[in-house]
Amino acid sequence: MAANVSTTNEKTDTITTSQLQTEVNNKPRNGADILIQALHDQNVDIVFGYPGGAVLHVYDALYRNPIRHILTRHEQGAIHAAEGYARVLNKPGVVIATSGPGATNLVTGIADAMIDSIPLVVFTGQVATNVIGSDAFQEADIMGITTPITKHNYQVQDVNDIPRIVKEAFHIANSGRKGPVLIDFPKNISASVFDEALAEASREEELYLPGYQPNTKPNFLQIQKAIQAIGESKQPLILAGAGVLFADAREELTEFAQKYKLPVINTLLGLGSIHGQHELNFGMAGMHGAAVANDAIQKADLLINIGARFDDRLTGDTKLFAPNAAIIHIDIDPAEIGKNIPTDIPIVADAKEALKALLQKDFQGPDTKEWLTYLNDKQDDTPYWYVEDEKEILPQQIIEMVHSITNGDAVVTTDVGQHQMWAAQYYKLNHDHQWVTSGGLGTMGFGFPAAIGAQFAKPDKKVITFCGDAGFQMTLQELALLNEYNLPVKVVIVNNGALGMVRQWQELFYDGRYSQSLMPVQPDFVKLAEAYGVKGYRINTMDEAQSILEEALNSDEPVVIDARVKQLENVYPMVPAGKSLDDIVGVKKF
Amino acid sequence: MKRVITVTVLNQSGVLNRVTGLLMKRQFNIESITVGHTEQLNISKMTFVVHVADETKLEQLIKQLSKQIDVLKVNDITEKSIVLRELALIKVVSPANLRHEMNSIVDPFRPQIIDTSKNFVTYQVVGDPDKIDAFIELIRPYGIKELTRTGVTASVRETQPVETPQLSILK
Repeated sequence: MAANVSTTNEKTDTITTSQLQTEVNNKPRNGADILIQALHDQNVDIVFGYPGGAVLHVYDALYRNPIRHILTRHEQGAIHAAEGYARVLNKPGVVIATSGPGATNLVTGIADAMIDSIPLVVFTGQVATNVIGSDAFQEADIMGITTPITKHNYQVQDVNDIPRIVKEAFHIANSGRKGPVLIDFPKNISASVFDEALAEASREEELYLPGYQPNTKPNFLQIQKAIQAIGESKQPLILAGAGVLFADAREELTEFAQKYKLPVINTLLGLGSIHGQHELNFGMAGMHGAAVANDAIQKADLLINIGARFDDRLTGDTKLFAPNAAIIHIDIDPAEIGKNIPTDIPIVADAKEALKALLQKDFQGPDTKEWLTYLNDKQDDTPYWYVEDEKEILPQQIIEMVHSITNGDAVVTTDVGQHQMWAAQYYKLNHDHQWVTSGGLGTMGFGFPAAIGAQFAKPDKKVITFCGDAGFQMTLQELALLNEYNLPVKVVIVNNGALGMVRQWQELFYDGRYSQSLMPVQPDFVKLAEAYGVKGYRINTMDEAQSILEEALNSDEPVVIDARVKQLENVYPMVPAGKSLDDIVGVKKF
Repeated sequence: MKRVITVTVLNQSGVLNRVTGLLMKRQFNIESITVGHTEQLNISKMTFVVHVADETKLEQLIKQLSKQIDVLKVNDITEKSIVLRELALIKVVSPANLRHEMNSIVDPFRPQIIDTSKNFVTYQVVGDPDKIDAFIELIRPYGIKELTRTGVTASVRETQPVETPQLSILK
């Protein structure tokens, strides 16, 4: 009986497929087809998404004219995966979701991409144009919702505009200061037959965006001024942010720093813009940054900010930030210049172009020997530190071990909180585009799906995600993908049974009243992994940590590692929020 | 400080929302806003009167507005020689025995009477916002029943005063 059923099924399948094929060849193409063609035109090789009523035509077109589609288990998983993909490849990630709840489930990821300047092109379905505004089933005003959190957004009003809109969207997302662009796609438009001639004209149309002409080349006079300031400085300091990475300017930055012996520090998102162990690299600055990096800012007489936005987690109290320094600020977004910190020499340009211009001039650089000696001593005297525990594993030790096992070569994604800061401190990166973290928005649940996107982007690289036990539980449904696509992502749960950073602040600033920050009841992460067909490991003691990590990280399979670490460990050093960088606490002298 | 800012935009759907949303997000206080078509097809112009705390905030406002894809041009015209105009419609209690007195009092403002009834009269007054404020204060004692204002629109004069360096003695 069973055999019969399957034969019948096979037959039906064959018939439908061939019928479909003929239908496809004769059928006039609709809006959804032209959308998929537009994605092909943009060389999109992968999209992350989740189908639903309003995008059925799009998914039907995908079926006819495939682009690799990754079906996540939640729209938030799709968009974070696209962010991870975009970060690692430095090109737009593409997301498709349906109208209403599908679209609103993307909102966190869109806001995350906006504040961290991650290029995304997001397609949302929308109810048919004749019922927009009538509170139709699964209708949400996603244009209104996402206007403040996108670089730009579109609602397609005419099927023949699709090629032009998609082209503009990719251009806007991936140029200037990058960011997310959303295209809202009403269902009837995806269904309507388009005029081949008009659509072709729209496809061929030159980009015309009179209100959007980002300036990438630096002003010659400003470069001259910068050169003069650098030449006259005694204690110059480069602060390298994510703008260096987006501009692919790691080589230029390193060359420039080496040529004039300029010390470099990073923002959280700028990590990887120079080798983590380069002799001129003095680490990450900011709230949980290295003591030396923060001290360098306060002592510098010239701060050269390249592609960072003086975020409050970096600056602390802006009035007391870099009190002795003249500020050169190189940024592709003119609105960032002077926003938080008054700037002496603004340079609106792409980081790579600006660095190239600076490198072209041979000028008498400053003598930084003493300054570098001071910084090196400071670095040796005040490294990151922890006090080993007899009974429990420290989270920092886990990250150090992962670093040594992977030689600092892995693509690392993190979630948000204590483990994120420890990863930034202890996982010294060898390359650019191997660090994926949610900086500006601080989105819990980001790390794991971002690792999935990163693994799709770099199938041959080892991809590790450090997650807290709490953040992992926000998007763990995506475990299904590891098995389904055989993605060898290594999930390292730094498990302290708490919302560690919240708990730390409660310990320090709320007299230890741990209000809702402890999570005594948790799933058995090993069994959970196994339920999804993924190998799970648990690390309970220091003795077994090294061997388990080696086995798990060197495997070709996806793994979940539940590393039980000390609950009450704090992230240090720390600049309390709103305080000056001089008020750094938790620095130990060695 | 109060600034008059004009924003030239592509006339796309949602552009007004973009601009006002941005002002809200960045906590700028809009006193008035007017929008309308310009001489060019598909291009509209908005005129804002906004309160900003200081120069830095003003610079941010202009830069953030300029960053919008649909925004073509942003001008702070406060310091220029400009013509500011606003229109107000004011419906006032006006019994027959007072009407003559009222009309003669408001006459210097050259308002138009656009509607009358037994007990009410509606004035239309055009001018810069100060003039309208003055008119309203003048007429208020009679009892304003309804008041609407359009908000300010502005035009930069063709001939701008030439900036000459001032002698220090005149400063």
